[in-house]
Amino acid sequence: MNTASVSTTQLSVSERVKAVAAALVIGVALIYTTGFAASSNVHNAAHDTRHGLAFPCH
Amino acid sequence: MVTRVLTVSILAGLLAGLIVAALQHVTTTPLILKAETYEAALRLQAPTLASFDGQAKLILAHGAAGDGAGHDHAEWKPQDGFQRTLLTSAVTIATAIGFAALLLAGMIAAGDAIDERRALIWAACGFLAFGLVPATGLAPELPGAASAALEQRQLWWVLAALATAGGLFAFLRFEQPWVRALAIVALLVPHLIGAPHPAAPESKVPAEIAAHFAALSLAIQAALWLATGFAVGKLWPWASRRVAVAG
Repeated sequence: MNTASVSTTQLSVSERVKAVAAALVIGVALIYTTGFAASSNVHNAAHDTRHGLAFPCH
Repeated sequence: MVTRVLTVSILAGLLAGLIVAALQHVTTTPLILKAETYEAALRLQAPTLASFDGQAKLILAHGAAGDGAGHDHAEWKPQDGFQRTLLTSAVTIATAIGFAALLLAGMIAAGDAIDERRALIWAACGFLAFGLVPATGLAPELPGAASAALEQRQLWWVLAALATAGGLFAFLRFEQPWVRALAIVALLVPHLIGAPHPAAPESKVPAEIAAHFAALSLAIQAALWLATGFAVGKLWPWASRRVAVAG
């Protein structure tokens, strides 16, 4: 277990802040687009996934 | 480290998304297609539903059966079959990449070591916050179900997800009684407010199918979270070792 774990606290604070910000932006943008965007084209493309993953859909 | 976050999110999401897309293809999607036949039948009776009032609206997002064949319907939608399956799979993969990125954001912000076991625990909490708990207010729906206005439901969903995520984190990471009390309040608030619901249930989809779908879709989201967490827990140490070797 220990050999596989890489603590993220050893990294500099600014590196972590940047990484968290990048991950948050990517995560929120993707989830918004796939799960929430109101555009009817996006909705129709994402339809089965939205229902299949229990996102509110139309 | 930003590069590592990107690499691991994309690879983990791709892996988990592919597995879950295959699962969806044989579980939830067939039920959605079946429900659409009921929805199409309901469309034919639509005028009788004009008496709907209040915030409840029956939203038929799909045309009647045979819509694509001749009716003037400007709206684009994927063709049934290969195109639809491909898009559904791509969107599931994109969702998995998003979940992986959020998982990493949380774990790095918390200063956690990222390994298989911890990533799986985070993923389980992710499922609670983004899947199970919002579903207690807004049960997974099949096409054709009656529901309150979409924006209100989305708003409640986001509130429930964020309050649950924050509440779980505060409760699990802090020992001060007042923090834990606040955490419990945060967990309860969305449910005290209550999810928006239609005034009257009007779905023509048989309850057996809807119930089966609700259970399946939650299981599918759980599978997506756990597969994503597992992949993140496997890939992050691998990506870190590569950086260490290269650096």
